[in-house]
Amino acid sequence: MSTPTLTAPALRFHPLRDSTTMLRRNLKRMLRYPSMTVLLIGMPVIFLLLFVYVFGGTMGAGLGGSPADGRAAYANYLTPGILLMTVMSTVQGTAISIAMDMTEGIITRFRTMHIARVSVLTGHVIGSLIQAMLAVAVVTGVALLVGFDPAADLLGWLATAGFVGTVAFAFIWLAVALGQASGTVETASNAPMPLILLPFLSSGFVPTESLPAGIRWFAEYQPFTPIIETMRALLAGNPPGNDLWIALGWCAVIALGGYLWSKRLFNRESKL
Amino acid sequence: MTSAITVTGLRKAFGDQVVLDNLDLTVARGTVFALLGANGAGKTTTVKILSTLLRPDAGDARVAGHDVTRDADAVRAAIGVTGQFSAVDNLLTGEENLRLMADLHHLGRREARRKAAELLEQFGLTDAGGKAVSTYSGGMRRRLDLAMTLVGSPQVIFLDEPTTGLDPRSRRDMWQIVRDLVAGGVTIFLTTQYLEEADELADRIAVLAGGRLVAEGTADELKRRIPGGHVRLRFTDQRDHDKAVRVLGHTAPDGDALALRVPSDGSVRSLKALIDQLEAQSLEVGELSVHTPDLDDVFLALTDDKVATA
Repeated sequence: MSTPTLTAPALRFHPLRDSTTMLRRNLKRMLRYPSMTVLLIGMPVIFLLLFVYVFGGTMGAGLGGSPADGRAAYANYLTPGILLMTVMSTVQGTAISIAMDMTEGIITRFRTMHIARVSVLTGHVIGSLIQAMLAVAVVTGVALLVGFDPAADLLGWLATAGFVGTVAFAFIWLAVALGQASGTVETASNAPMPLILLPFLSSGFVPTESLPAGIRWFAEYQPFTPIIETMRALLAGNPPGNDLWIALGWCAVIALGGYLWSKRLFNRESKL
Repeated sequence: MTSAITVTGLRKAFGDQVVLDNLDLTVARGTVFALLGANGAGKTTTVKILSTLLRPDAGDARVAGHDVTRDADAVRAAIGVTGQFSAVDNLLTGEENLRLMADLHHLGRREARRKAAELLEQFGLTDAGGKAVSTYSGGMRRRLDLAMTLVGSPQVIFLDEPTTGLDPRSRRDMWQIVRDLVAGGVTIFLTTQYLEEADELADRIAVLAGGRLVAEGTADELKRRIPGGHVRLRFTDQRDHDKAVRVLGHTAPDGDALALRVPSDGSVRSLKALIDQLEAQSLEVGELSVHTPDLDDVFLALTDDKVATA
């Protein structure tokens, strides 16, 4: 074969085009493996129903209403936390699917190909972001059915969507790193566990004022509290104030950290 | 530029375990080069370095005219790799896998569809093209794997143990595919632990043991390097055996007390002479078998002591 020496134009990278290709691959994989998505959405829905219908009456009374309208009041209080939990649930899915990918030979194939390397990861990130937004939309729908009654106008909803997207984007990059660092699918499904549990130690389920001193201190300073408070304010049609900036600061740190860690992990040499 | 791959003084160690020790090799364009070795000899490490997956600790490696460490991207644009473990997406169909490769090589939509259909046809996967790869057999999976490697029309193809774990028929299919590729002018770097495979396919064979090349040459050259063939005679009783040792002269003992080995080139003429001689002495032979040296003998002869000293 008289293949001439490669010329410069053939060696250009196409990160956008390659990322789109990888995104298409990941979306197809999600469609082929729907049980994963169903499971990821199912968990927060179960928590939502459990907290509204089992604990809701008592919890609502604790917020200062009668048990009857307490349930509705608690549904309102609870939903932002559940939505964040939904994001974390899909993030766990990201870590699992990254780890699955890494154990399969196809990633090795991608590494030997002349493609923009980051596209392998960005394909996952954008796919997971779409999955997370869909999951949040579904869970929001269920919340509306069980008594969630937000005061937000269209602008408030759009701001919430944008904010949730930002949070999801940041934690997905973290999950991409966790998934790669895990080595096995089992580890990858456990590694993001703290992200699932942290909402419980925030203002997501009960006001932090009701917590004992040590936990209260932790709850007030961990990233999930400002994130939940921002969502709560946006959905209630109130200005989020300082919480928004603190939350965005956390997101920036987590996204950047996750991105740099992921990139380093992906570029390290393959093992023997 | 006549060589597709040039390797000089390649070294790689993982911790204090030396995997490749001063490896030199050259592969001419449009030929099949087989790297032969037992498990752990360093075959896969060599492929990983040449396909830019691993950096060598020392030495130079050029593939398709480009340095594998300094110009890895140019190397990646020129090569295709089919590894030991199938590099296919199990959740996608065969056709989708090929289209994925076509998209990553930036072929247009129509060209991608044409190329995918052509490769499915060429590899006998047209009927299975619409099915998820997770339903494929081992042989189909390996064929799809190679088909995916070919989407980008690589100049140099690395096949790391392409037939390990395949049934005899799939193995033969794979060999035919490799022969067709070489006829098309591609250079193939093959690793295998099957000597038959190297014998069938390769223009040149290198034997790797303990991270070092212990022999290199054509299959015939390698076979010539070890003692010739022999005829194994097994007698029915000890008396005939002892008499044969006296009469036939140059014989060698065998593991079996009643058997012995007579050097022979395996030709009909020499066999007839031997049988005539046995008859003339009325020696009763229970079994007679002809052994010509094959690459297995070469392999075992070359790697045994090297491994022991490594």
